[in-house]
Amino acid sequence: MEQAKIVVHDHYDAEASKIGMWLFIFTELLLFGVLFVIYSVYRYINHEAFHLAAEELDTFVGAVNTVILLVSSMTIAMSTTSLQKKNKTITLALTGITLILGIVFLVNKYFEWGAKFDHGIFPGSEYLTENLSQGEILFFGLYFIMTGLHALHIIIGLVLIAVVMWKVYTGKVHAERAALLENSGLYWHLVDIIWIFLFPLFYLIH
Amino acid sequence: MENEKHHIVPYRLYIFVLVGLLALTFLSIAITGIDLGSLTVAGALAFASVKTYLVLKYFMHLKYDKPYIVSMVIFVFAIFVVTIVVTFLDYLYR
Repeated sequence: MEQAKIVVHDHYDAEASKIGMWLFIFTELLLFGVLFVIYSVYRYINHEAFHLAAEELDTFVGAVNTVILLVSSMTIAMSTTSLQKKNKTITLALTGITLILGIVFLVNKYFEWGAKFDHGIFPGSEYLTENLSQGEILFFGLYFIMTGLHALHIIIGLVLIAVVMWKVYTGKVHAERAALLENSGLYWHLVDIIWIFLFPLFYLIH
Repeated sequence: MENEKHHIVPYRLYIFVLVGLLALTFLSIAITGIDLGSLTVAGALAFASVKTYLVLKYFMHLKYDKPYIVSMVIFVFAIFVVTIVVTFLDYLYR
């Protein structure tokens, strides 16, 4: 403690950063939490329609994306270990794998949404309003909002990881200053947790 | 900072957790394939909850964090559960 006082201009506090990140994660959890409440109420009211509409979603694509996110979560968790072990190359490789997996997730999402759009299924489309019931329209509305908001979080997470990789590369993030990598990891795991619930609720109701 | 050393989690542990998460994912896909009526949703959510627990505890390092962070996380999830329960008390008994 005595020695820490010498570096007066060094405003680094890993624990405070972590608390800040967790507080932010709580707001995110409640943001998605409210959407899950809306989903469950509408599903309760429109039971049959939700089952019918969910048939449109491809479980296989959803499962592939789940596996991608779980693996990417592991690689970024591992990168905190390699950073503490002072192995820069492995840290960059692991965060790089996370980055690539995140991009693959988005590419899958792009084709998945693209296929829906081709079938005329998108918010406010003529096909939706003329052919489907109110419950099915609600299902697809929630599907696009929730997976869309999730995809937005993936994009933000990818930007964060890219910044962290640059800072690891230039040596600004290292074993004694790991907070940025650890907090980006926390954010990425949050995105993973949200998908863990989105997947069964949208893809696995048959 | 203080003298306390960061706990270095071995790679191996992360691999075990990932294997567990993948197994739970495939199990939940298999179980929702069988028609169990209303139990299907409950089953899928139970699997998702166990997966979330694993991610929080190991990937998000709650296992190695100080208790106050853990209690804050529990508190937030409790708020969410209360919100769900109160909402459904309203819808089920109106």
